[in-house]
Amino acid sequence: MAGVVVFCETTEKGIRSASLPALTAAGQLAQQQGGTVTAVVIGAGVGAAAQDAARYAAKVIAYDDPRLAAPLAETYAPLLADAVKRSGAGALVGTATSTGKDFLPRAAALLGAGMASDVIAVLGTNRFRRPAYAGNALEEIELGGAVIVASVRQTEFPPAAPLATPGAVENGTVGNLDALGAEVVALHATKTVRPDLGEAKVVVSGGRGMKAGENFKILEQLTDLLGGALGASRAACDAGMVPNDLQVGQTGKVVAPQLYIAVAISGAIQHLAGMKGSKVIVAINKDAEAPIFQVADYGLVTTWEAAIPALIAEIKKLKASG
Amino acid sequence: MKILVTCKRVPNPEQKLKFAGGGIDLGAATWQVNTFDEYAVETALRLTEKGKGGERSGEVVVVAVGPKDVSQQMRGVLAMGADRGILVGAEDAALDADAVARILRAVVDREKPDVVILGKQTVDGDSNQVGQILAGLLNWPQATFLASVRLAADGKSATVTREIDAGTEEKRVRLPAVLTVDLRIIGKKAVRNEALAGPEVEWEETQRYASLKGIMAAKKKEIKEITVAELGVSPAPLMKVVSYQAPPTRKAGVKVSSVEELVQKLHNEAKVI
Ligand SMILES: Cc1cc2nc3c(=O)[nH]c(=O)nc-3n(C[C@H](O)[C@H](O)[C@H](O)COP(=O)(O)OP(=O)(O)OC[C@H]3O[C@@H](n4cnc5c(N)ncnc54)[C@H](O)[C@@H]3O)c2cc1C
Ligand SMILES: Nc1ncnc2c1ncn2[C@@H]1O[C@H](COP(=O)(O)O)[C@@H](O)[C@H]1O
Repeated sequence: MAGVVVFCETTEKGIRSASLPALTAAGQLAQQQGGTVTAVVIGAGVGAAAQDAARYAAKVIAYDDPRLAAPLAETYAPLLADAVKRSGAGALVGTATSTGKDFLPRAAALLGAGMASDVIAVLGTNRFRRPAYAGNALEEIELGGAVIVASVRQTEFPPAAPLATPGAVENGTVGNLDALGAEVVALHATKTVRPDLGEAKVVVSGGRGMKAGENFKILEQLTDLLGGALGASRAACDAGMVPNDLQVGQTGKVVAPQLYIAVAISGAIQHLAGMKGSKVIVAINKDAEAPIFQVADYGLVTTWEAAIPALIAEIKKLKASG
Repeated sequence: MKILVTCKRVPNPEQKLKFAGGGIDLGAATWQVNTFDEYAVETALRLTEKGKGGERSGEVVVVAVGPKDVSQQMRGVLAMGADRGILVGAEDAALDADAVARILRAVVDREKPDVVILGKQTVDGDSNQVGQILAGLLNWPQATFLASVRLAADGKSATVTREIDAGTEEKRVRLPAVLTVDLRIIGKKAVRNEALAGPEVEWEETQRYASLKGIMAAKKKEIKEITVAELGVSPAPLMKVVSYQAPPTRKAGVKVSSVEELVQKLHNEAKVI
């Protein structure tokens, strides 16, 4: 079987930018398999998203139904499986976002497919590279079975480029939907004007050494000066200094910005797993022995109280002169 | 309330991995329970308790799929307070997420729990798949990456908070259901069974450690060893690891002596600001 189905997550206006790397990975896989890419959008009122997806995929299947307003694994996973069967595809691909991680393995179960999580490279028709052991090992894996499923790391594939001619949109038949008694009661989105952690060019993260939530204000100043996103260690999130969705690491978000500034973070392996792929790493920590310095391109041994205000002033000076 | 909770052993994540001939040599590894599974056990226990140190009602059954040695980690979990264990014999190399989920499904068919609780991921394989596959195979609702869970007094549903990229999502699922837990589930107020505990209930902000009494009690608890064949399943892994490699290492950096020097280097050398 050939062809790759890509699960594209949607916003009101289009597909999420987090889905563009999955379209790229799907393109690579389709090329290996000698098939085409079909994008799938699911939701209530996904017309705009379907059109947007058609800019990147030769074919789009849109499952549009008021009962699909809330994204639920129970209703979305069967539709993903349906899209694969309907298009005779040999693979289902999505991004390893919290939604992708929730839906794709369930779809794999419905398809009887093997799945690769957090893929960082497509090596063949059914071969992938992915990190394991908190990024301390890279696995080359092979999936068996008629259909395969992969979630890909957003930071490891470039966003897809639009096609010369947009693809065709087809409506998927939704049919019976059974949420199995599951419902979304409420969504509490963390409000932010900053770029997504997964996409930001600069990430400034604070750790336990920041001591209190209010001290993150100064990190926010630095973040905004650099046009970046704010991150944190588990310890800072656990202590309630910042929301949990800022957590960078093995079990939080994976980032790979041009510049990562770790402030008052010791550099536990679980944290490193989420930021080791950054191009340039700066560590500011008062303890010269902190493991974070082992991965830092530039280390500054001092307190954040001393360093951050001076850093802000110095960058402002640089900007003013440039 | 009968809760099935999973437990996988993982090599101590702090130990340096030994790469040998395209594989990882775990011969010298020390093993421990996957942290997320300890959290899952803690969650299950809290759901059967009236409060910290209070009376219990309900049963917590631990299941592991793996070699015989796993009984060691399972004893530890029983010492935390779980009631009994089931060890399904299998070689680690013959397992992938799909195979584990198919085996777990057969255990669920036998045990008929009201809830299955798993960790959100193993910290060696980092797959984050088993709970979702299991829910799909069972056609049960799923609630993944839980930061909190509240069981309704009638035992028919659970209301949870899920950690998602954009913040949190509150979801309600009918029971039986599959739950997978995230880091914050061990918070003071994160877990409550309304049938047993009031809104004032508070827990220690950590998974519990085995007490001496717990360790003694665990020695008498049952660990039933069964084979995959007895369960009537013959799962063949769909994912095969062809090889392991060490990731590229970052080249050592430099210490700078001042903020001015740092900014100069970032501007002129690294060219990132
Ligand atoms: C299953 C599991 C999953 C995990 N997942 C993650 C994850 O995804 N992400 C993650 O980050 N962690 C994760 N962790 C936790 C991880 O092991 C560490 O505990 C955590 O990263 C530590 O955070 P920290 O560096 O902020 O705190 P600490 O280790 O306490 O370090 C604080 C640092 O601040 C420095 N400091 C203190 N005061 C100052 C000051 N005034 N100025 C400058 N420096 C100062 C100290 O020298 C120290 O190095 C996980 C753990 C487990 C068990
Ligand atoms: N061999 C196993 N035995 C028991 N439980 C397992 C096993 N493998 C995975 N699990 C459970 O599934 C969860 C998710 O694992 P994974 O999808 O492999 O990252 C783990 O936290 C465990 O609770």
